[in-house]
This record gives sequence, structure tokens and C-alpha cells, in this order.
Amino acid sequence: MSDYNFAYLDEQTKRMIRRAILKGLAIPGYQVPFASREMPMPYGWGTGGVQVSAAVLCPEDTLKVIDQGADDTTNAVSIRRFFERTAQIAVTTATADATVIQTRHRIPEEPLRDGQILVYQVPIPEPLRFLEPRESETRKMHALEEYGLMHVKLYEDISRHGHIATAYAYPVKVADRYVMDPSPIPKFDNPKMEMAAIQLFGAGREQRIYALPPFTRVVSLDFEDHPFVASKADHPCGLCGAQDSYLDEVIVDDAGGRMFVCSDTDYCAGRQVDGHRGSDNKEYAA
Amino acid sequence: MTPLLQVKGLTKTYGRHIGCRDVSFDLFPGEVMGIVGESGSGKSTLLNSMAGHVVPDAGQVIFDTRDAGPRDTRAMSEPERRMLSRTDWAFVHQHARDGLRMGVSAGGNVGERLMAVGARNYGAIRASAIDWLDRVEIRADRIDDRPTTFSGGMQQRLQIARNLVTGPRLVFMDEPTGGLDVSVQARLLDLLRGLVRDMGLSAIIVTHDLAVVRLLADRLMVMKGGDVVETGLTDQVLDDPQHGYTQLLVSSVLQV
Repeated sequence: MSDYNFAYLDEQTKRMIRRAILKGLAIPGYQVPFASREMPMPYGWGTGGVQVSAAVLCPEDTLKVIDQGADDTTNAVSIRRFFERTAQIAVTTATADATVIQTRHRIPEEPLRDGQILVYQVPIPEPLRFLEPRESETRKMHALEEYGLMHVKLYEDISRHGHIATAYAYPVKVADRYVMDPSPIPKFDNPKMEMAAIQLFGAGREQRIYALPPFTRVVSLDFEDHPFVASKADHPCGLCGAQDSYLDEVIVDDAGGRMFVCSDTDYCAGRQVDGHRGSDNKEYAA
Repeated sequence: MTPLLQVKGLTKTYGRHIGCRDVSFDLFPGEVMGIVGESGSGKSTLLNSMAGHVVPDAGQVIFDTRDAGPRDTRAMSEPERRMLSRTDWAFVHQHARDGLRMGVSAGGNVGERLMAVGARNYGAIRASAIDWLDRVEIRADRIDDRPTTFSGGMQQRLQIARNLVTGPRLVFMDEPTGGLDVSVQARLLDLLRGLVRDMGLSAIIVTHDLAVVRLLADRLMVMKGGDVVETGLTDQVLDDPQHGYTQLLVSSVLQV
């Protein structure tokens, strides 16, 4: 028995956060202010995501936490243990078994289903932040749907690099209304956001929550003559041979050797169990 | 003929201090109105009140909109007013830095208004940016440079291009030649005169430089202490000033 209230936060705080979540779901893409609490971890480590997860968790939930797609990184392990300790809930690394998935910078490769909740950790919820420094002005721009400035950023990308070089936190327009920062997920994941699961975004330091109900229309911004491309490294996974998953580049020696592996560790492991093998998978090579 | 802009009884006070008091005039399409006066005479307050940057205490600013005819801009909703200020209106600031995005390339600066009204074709946006840079005499190979690398005169010309790209009908200018040296001023005035005549623009120019209004303005309004003390055709006012203050103003200009 621990001395914490279920999922660390007190009930009134969870109620306040749930209200913000409901409002966010009612107005997809709208940034709802909430009274973010001090959490026992530094800002930038997922304080927003943890608070949203704490507010939606029930004792019968199964939690999965990923960081850059991986279940075994420091951030993922510590948040998973945090909820094991404060909520005594079941945890898993299997995407299909989880009911609540907290994520940093990735959407799992395996399609999510009805009944699951995906919670994003968001560092900077305001997509217009680096274009227009005044918060009063950006809120007005959201209110009046003045999003021309977002395209100025994409214009600058093309004029400098010849193509839209923004590779993560790629701005999207939600339900034909709000422009939203999808958190720093690779733009490869943007098309997956029209999914069956509920998506919640929590920014702790910035004190904002926003949300996407299932199957909300999410359009990545682009130009007619420079359309959006969901890009990834042009390789198969070195361990499981997957052609369709988002890859991390891993340096393997001091001589410039490298390999590409799935960033979603659960997806990669599952494929290897099923007998798929990549070209760099020496140990298990068939 | 319907005036493009009708100003009626426009008043703005800052507490006990008067910004401008009971200013009324009509501006017709294609006409350039100059507002002159010394510092603190209320010229900039008047301009900012008309452009909607400050909220006037009384009076009307009626603009002849394209689709609904003459409408009081103060009674418009904020989205309508902001839409107006990035389509049919333009505002050239005295300091180019106030009117430009310094962290965005010249092309992006010119293209912003196009993208704000829905242009979504990169090639077309870039083509009109190049066209406009050419019209304000900025070489096309500077299109991807930031305004921070431009000289003061170039920044001012870039600001003008950025404002005129959507083909506005009314341009507010606040000391457009302030802070530039005389030869650069001369080129800028030449350019402005050409653009105003070619595009049939209406403009309201606030300045303390009588040479600017002599070259650009059709009509002149002289302000002192928040009041309009004299109005008339530019040449008439400058060559035969009636009010004591105007006489002082005209005689203060050094003849070289």
C-alpha cells in the first residue's frame, strides 16, 4: 500500500484536468488552459503528459509508455514505474494490450483501436510561437483563423532548402478550423493522426491541453506545388526488415558503420517473433 | 462620386491631452492627401485612429468597401477590420523594422499578405514576390536574404512592396522618408510617385517634410495642437499660406 492518492494527483486536480480534456475534445485542436501542477519530475520530461495520464487512468487500465517509440528508454521506464508505484495498475510494452499509451515523439506503428487513449507529451503547444512572439497576438490569430503566417514558415523552408524541410512538429489543420502543433512527432506519423483512438495532448510548463476525438480530420499544411510528403529514411529495418516503419539511424562503430532500426521497439520485436529478419540481424539470421 | 474614405469628427484624447480634435475630410479615389505639422501636432494619432491602430473617442471613419459600399470601419467586427487592413488597406511605418518581419526573407515578407488571403501556390507567390521586388528596385537575387542585411532605403522599399502586393486601394504612410538620407529619399519619393500614379492608389501621407507633400500630395491638411488649421490644394497652401502657423512652417524651410 502506498501513501499516494490513486495516480498521484488529488481528486480535485484530476477533475480540473478532466474538464480541460472534455473541453479540448469538444473543440478539436483548441488549446485549453489548465492549472498545471508541480510534478515530481523536471519540466521537459513529460509533466503535461503525466498529468493527463493521471487524470484518465482507471484502476483497470493497462499502461504503456514510450519515448521516441522505445519502451526501454529512461523517460519511458521512469514514468511507467511512477504509475506502477502510485496507481498499482498493470503495465505492458505491447501496443495492442494497452488501454492508455503515453508517448513522447512517436505514434506506435500498430494501428490503435477504439477504446485506447494516446497521450502526448508536448513541449511547445503553440504552432505560431516562433513566428509571432506575442501570446496575445497568437491567441487572436487562432480566434480569427488567421493562419497565413504558418505558410510563411513553409515558404521559408522551400526558399532555403528547395523543399519543406520541417521534419517534425509539422503543423496540421484540425477539423478545418484550428492549426495545431502535433508535438514533435516525425511528419511520417502525421497521416496516422486520423485514428480510432482518442488523442490527448498535455503541455505542463505551458499549461495547455488539447485533444483530437477519434477520426477527426487532420490535414498537414502544404503548398499546391509542394505537397506534404510523409517521409522516412529510405531503408528497411536492419533487425526485422520492415519497409513501412519509421527508422532510427544508429551508429554502430567508430568507422562510420551504421544501421537503421525501427524506432518502435514493440513493433520490431513483434515482427522478429513472427520470423521476420533484417539484413543486419546476424544473431538470428535465418 | 463616392469618396473612398470619409472621416467625420474624429477625436482622440489621451486623458486631458488632446491627440486630435474633430477632424473631418473626404478622400476620393486616386487622391493623395498630405498631413503636415510639427511633432506633437496629432498627425500620427490621426493616422493611427483612421487605420484602426488606436481606438478613437468619437467620430466615424467610413470606407467605401468593394462588396458592401461605404461602411463605418469602427462599427465593423474585428475579423472584418483585420481582413480590410491586409487586403484593401496598407500601412507603411516610419521605421521599416516595425512593418517587416526581420527574421523572414525578403520573399517571405512580400508573400505574407498573399498567403494571409489564401494563396497556396509556392511558384505563384514567389513569382509575384520577384515581380514586386523588381518594381521597388531590389535585385531578384536578394529575394532569399533577410531584411537585416538590407540598407535602410532598401528596407523601406521592401516594406512598400510587402504592403502593395495585394493591390490595396488605400495606403497610410507615416513619415515614409523619415530617417533616410536625401539622395535615398529622392529615389524613394520618385518610386512612390510612380507607384501611386500607376496603380491609381489613394494615400494619406503624414510627414513634417514639406518637400514630400509638394511632390506627392494633391491636397494638404496642416495640423497644430490637435486641430486642423488649414486645408487646401497642396500648391495653394504652400505658395499662399493663410494661417499664421502655416506661414511659419513654409518660411522655416531652408532654401538651398
